[in-house]
Amino acid sequence: MPTQEYLQAERAQLWREELRKTIKNKERTDRIRVKMPEVDAKIRSRTYDEVNMGLTPEQAQAEAQRCLDCVNPTCITGCPVEINIPKFIKNIERGEFLEAAKALKETSALPAVCGRVCPQERQCESQCFYTQKLGKEPVAIGHLERFAADFERESGNISIPEIAASNGIKIAVVGSGPAGLAFAGDMIKRGYDVTVFEALHELGGVLRYGIPEFRLPNDIVDIEIDVLKQMGVKFITNCIIGKTISQEDLKADGYQGIFIGSGAGLPNFMNIPGENLIGVMSCNEYLTRVNLMQAADPESDTPVQMGKKVAVIGGGNTAMDAVRTARRLGAEKAMIVYRRSEEEMPARVEEVKHAKEEGIEFLTLHNPIRYEGDERGRVQRMVLQRMKLGEPDSSGRRKPVAIEGDTISVDVDEVIVSVGVSPNPLIPSTFSGLEITSWGTVVVNADTMQTADKAIFAGGDIVRGGATVILAMGDGRKAAKAMHAAMSGF
Amino acid sequence: MNKIISKENFSDKVVKFEIEAPLIAKSRKAGHFVMVRVGKKGERVPYTIASSDPIKGTITLVIQRVGKSSEKVCQLEPGDYITDLVGPLGKATHIENFGTVLCAGGGVGVAPMLPIIEAMKNAGNKVITVLAARNKDLIILEDQVRKFSDEVIVMTDDGSYGQKGLITAGVEQVIQREPVNLCVTIGPAIMMKFVSELTKKYNVPTVASLNTIMVDGTGMCGACRVTVGGVTKFVCVDGPEFDAHQVDFDEMLMRLRAYN
Ligand SMILES: Cc1cc2nc3c(=O)[nH]c(=O)nc-3n(C[C@H](O)[C@H](O)[C@H](O)COP(=O)(O)OP(=O)(O)OC[C@H]3O[C@@H](n4cnc5c(N)ncnc54)[C@H](O)[C@@H]3O)c2cc1C
Ligand SMILES: Cc1cc2nc3c(=O)[nH]c(=O)nc-3n(C[C@H](O)[C@H](O)[C@H](O)COP(=O)(O)OP(=O)(O)OC[C@H]3O[C@@H](n4cnc5c(N)ncnc54)[C@H](O)[C@@H]3O)c2cc1C
Ligand code: SF4
Ligand code: SF4
Ligand code: FES
Repeated sequence: MPTQEYLQAERAQLWREELRKTIKNKERTDRIRVKMPEVDAKIRSRTYDEVNMGLTPEQAQAEAQRCLDCVNPTCITGCPVEINIPKFIKNIERGEFLEAAKALKETSALPAVCGRVCPQERQCESQCFYTQKLGKEPVAIGHLERFAADFERESGNISIPEIAASNGIKIAVVGSGPAGLAFAGDMIKRGYDVTVFEALHELGGVLRYGIPEFRLPNDIVDIEIDVLKQMGVKFITNCIIGKTISQEDLKADGYQGIFIGSGAGLPNFMNIPGENLIGVMSCNEYLTRVNLMQAADPESDTPVQMGKKVAVIGGGNTAMDAVRTARRLGAEKAMIVYRRSEEEMPARVEEVKHAKEEGIEFLTLHNPIRYEGDERGRVQRMVLQRMKLGEPDSSGRRKPVAIEGDTISVDVDEVIVSVGVSPNPLIPSTFSGLEITSWGTVVVNADTMQTADKAIFAGGDIVRGGATVILAMGDGRKAAKAMHAAMSGF
Repeated sequence: MNKIISKENFSDKVVKFEIEAPLIAKSRKAGHFVMVRVGKKGERVPYTIASSDPIKGTITLVIQRVGKSSEKVCQLEPGDYITDLVGPLGKATHIENFGTVLCAGGGVGVAPMLPIIEAMKNAGNKVITVLAARNKDLIILEDQVRKFSDEVIVMTDDGSYGQKGLITAGVEQVIQREPVNLCVTIGPAIMMKFVSELTKKYNVPTVASLNTIMVDGTGMCGACRVTVGGVTKFVCVDGPEFDAHQVDFDEMLMRLRAYN
């Protein structure tokens, strides 16, 4: 993590001083924020192409000029992995795009991913001087991050980090999501012999089976994983730790450290009448069929129902992904049903905006209480309870309360339930020596990510119970640092 | 990638495979299943591990051709590879000395039943097995079943072998004749429903192994959910075996028709 001295020393470099002088601050702040070029909503709601097309070098440099290279770069405090934001942005401004990418990689393992999926408006960009002090639109940190990472990848000059001499110590990683990948990358750099075990037949965790290609193309995930392979990380798919290989087997095979990044893959249901009708399914089922099993491809053997009137229950990123997927698979009516108001929606602001442009309807302050089916057991209708906002709850969000007696009935032929996930129980139920909360998450020391078993570390959604890509990655990196420290006897 | 070591056709419809899978062979127990995918566009489908040989490092699957995915597996030959195979999944069968255990297996359900019959016998139970199928050609694994059963009753719909009649007739004979401490039933959902209704009438505790539609097989999707005792359960992680008298078989039968 960057210290204040380090940041100031970097900032004091001659090139940065000179760059700051090239444009007056007043002029910088008068500029308007760049607009990310997007595929037209009418076209994109029928294809799986990525919505955001990426900035051109000119656009990126123009946006980079808005950044004031602040003495006190508050933006960094908003980033869970404390990327040196002005350093990478100023490198973009002066046209050193590969240097910008390098600066990103000092702290982030997957910048091309985070530039696309971080909730920037709540993280780095919310702490930008523009937001905090000027009341203006923040520097487009996320778009610029994506630009630098994409530039590096497309240039064919991906820098493969230096690897320390092998120390022969075997480390096992459970799960190939962002937490596991970030951990694996940092440990291989330190010279460990790292093997990642993945239960599914493809790598990437939620990045693969959850987030759809129109937001995060698979190629990008593949390339990041390829880099890890080139660095020497071994990947074993179709292998469930706790089932195929037990905790004892890992020990017997000589693994001296284990990192658990098994995620929060268990879908929640609401337990309301009619939820087991045909056509009602979890968001995980829907997205897994479409993303992992490519069910929408006519050549694929896995089926998926392609509803015409689709309701997605929930207001998170997962819900937005599902509803926009349903639209792309031909839904004439695709609806979000959310029990609070739009303000409380946990989804990224950009996703909500994109969804609206694509013609998604928003039934906020509505909550399903029952589904009704036809004689073949297929869902036909949902009954929604109208809600209003009451007092703020412990999370500070205003609590939705039912308006007694006020219900409506809406015709649907497919319902996708996206009301959260729970920690994957496979590891908690098969490993001994861990401390597990009543929520099913693994307890760790927050500074080191070490569990009750000294040789086992954990991070990501299995610890947090559902968070973000960048937090999962941050955990992986923190765990790698702490495990290395523990192993080398510091 | 897992190599197919041998293949044997039990009938035109039912094929037995021996497949290289050393880790699974070592860790699996009676009642466990695997998810199999053939080809890059293939579906993930569940099959019970009928037996295993930890020394050779192989597992045995007995697969009935019913549709596209099972057909794809059945077309593979020794030397071919299965694209993806993962397991062992599900909870192992609860084995103990119950006394007399009645095993009622229909059609290809006899394959997943075999390891349970064997384990129940080894635990000291008296094992009575009722095998049922539409006709003689569809009765599978009879010799192996006989090896571990104290008695075997064969039922065929058309009377071409054993007694003529449905599986329930065979089960009822035994229950009326002697005390049965536990019934285990595996087969088509509709068959398990009728066996369960019958044993409920006689108050014989019954376990059914459910074969719902699955996607991942690891608890991630909920496609496999069933209602047991009024509560939603995931067959792949909470099962596949449940107290048959608590299972909502009508809902399960309905959900099995989701994609046809
Ligand atoms: C649809 C969807 C959209 C999202 N959108 C965003 C977004 O826009 N921005 C954002 O920041 N976050 C988003 N998230 C959240 C984010 O993806 C997660 O917080 C993050 O992926 C957690 O990473 P992880 O490494 O902890 O776990 P995961 O990504 O869940 O990976 C865990 C992996 O471990 C494997 N595994 C589990 N158990 C075992 C075992 N016993 N043995 C071997 N392997 C095992 C699983 O198969 C899986 O591949 C989204 C989540 C979903 C579902
Ligand atoms: C835990 C478990 C263990 C199983 N063990 C075995 C086994 O040892 N041997 C064996 O032959 N089969 C077994 N099955 C059933 C097997 O998975 C299905 O026969 C197979 O998925 C059908 O796929 P298909 O593409 O060939 O047929 P489809 O074309 O998909 O379907 C053909 C017919 O089977 C029904 N069907 C679809 N999926 C399933 C399913 N998962 N289970 C039952 N019916 C289904 C459909 O409704 C349809 O009527 C098991 C299922 C489960 C859940
Ligand atoms: S990783 Fe995320 S929070 Fe950090 S700077 Fe990049 S976009 Fe912002
Ligand atoms: S706070 Fe905003 S303007 Fe200041 S350095 Fe960070 S991104 Fe640039
Ligand atoms: S098959 Fe997906 S949860 Fe059981």
